[in-house]
Amino acid sequence: MSPLVQSQGAAFTKIYSLGAARGDTAVSNDDIAGPIDSSDEWIRQRTGVIERKRSSAGEGVIDLSVRAATEAIERAGIAPSDIGAVIVATISNPVQTPSLAALLADKIGATPAAAYDISAACAGYTYGIAQADALIRSGAARYVLVVGAEKLSDVVEPTDRSISFLLGDGAGAAVVGPSDTIGIGPTLWGSDGSKWDAVGMNKTLKEAFDDREGGFPTLRQDGPSVFRWAVWEMAKVAKNALEVSGVTAEELTAFVPHQANMRIIDEFAKQLGLPEKVLIARDIETTGNTSAASIPLAMHRLLAEHPEASGGLALQIGFGAGLVFGAQVVTLP
Amino acid sequence: MAHTTEEVLAGLAELVTDETGIAADQVTLEKSFTDDLDIDSISMMTIVVSAEEKFDVKIPDDEVKNLTTVGEAVEFITKAQA
Repeated sequence: MSPLVQSQGAAFTKIYSLGAARGDTAVSNDDIAGPIDSSDEWIRQRTGVIERKRSSAGEGVIDLSVRAATEAIERAGIAPSDIGAVIVATISNPVQTPSLAALLADKIGATPAAAYDISAACAGYTYGIAQADALIRSGAARYVLVVGAEKLSDVVEPTDRSISFLLGDGAGAAVVGPSDTIGIGPTLWGSDGSKWDAVGMNKTLKEAFDDREGGFPTLRQDGPSVFRWAVWEMAKVAKNALEVSGVTAEELTAFVPHQANMRIIDEFAKQLGLPEKVLIARDIETTGNTSAASIPLAMHRLLAEHPEASGGLALQIGFGAGLVFGAQVVTLP
Repeated sequence: MAHTTEEVLAGLAELVTDETGIAADQVTLEKSFTDDLDIDSISMMTIVVSAEEKFDVKIPDDEVKNLTTVGEAVEFITKAQA
């Protein structure tokens, strides 16, 4: 009998590069204030959002994904065929199956890479980075493409005052690969399904099918409950992520939280007691909340505006529908 | 040690001032957080979490929705201390 072989991969991993794509249309607060009986001032004060980027009808979530992935792969200096796995975190794939990842892998020439989607909402990208890190260190893949991609404008209700007006469209991509030094710290992740109803779709597909006039399912949230969890519970997770990584807040170059709401970002940073010098990603101001895409988009922008931050340490944390969360300290590419 | 109603009101008013800049003497028992003091839901939650720490009580999310006026919040916190 032949002995069974178990794979073994690289000792360490890192993020090689990022890519970004935002919806092709800037949507101002004035553009959406009418149906929610609101105003530019009301929206800015409660969310910090000045405008969100949304895709026009002809731009699908796959188009955003291809743009972001292509940039990340080019910047990584690898060939698409070097990619062993394509992971897409999304809640807005227009079909329940097949996956967005399989289509993306084919379109960018990363075949026959393993390809699958993750449903972890706004934490999806951090789940993807955790998986990429594990896949590479176990030898299941040498390079992994992780993409957070959303066309949330497909699942918004214009009259909803709880979340719709925050949402934008975009995709952020990362190439993860082997490294001589530690580039991805331990992942702190988890879930709290007791708050399953706090944020998510307002009805099932079956209910929508049975009541055609009621329209498609759209996103809703219990804002105050989510705010409390996102700040005070997630602050504990973020502190633990620093601790298990052996990193102090003073050693961080950047803090890149999920771009849920500027009020959450500001209060979160306050609870963490971050030193002044730590750069805080605030991409939500002009991109909106893009769920799984928000962290890579925000990190991509932060690096474009602060190229000197490259090589420094960033704490990234995603949190959202499930409820689910994931955090890790990474070396900025 | 449990705080008196007057102490809870004074402490709560301080938290409201910290979060919103509203003068403490405006925070009186009959005032509605949203209608009179114009406090939005996110600021309200920040005040609630601060109040939990200050008075060492638990104010569940479902309960927050019932605390319409300052007086209702003061009453809840005072009883919860017991």
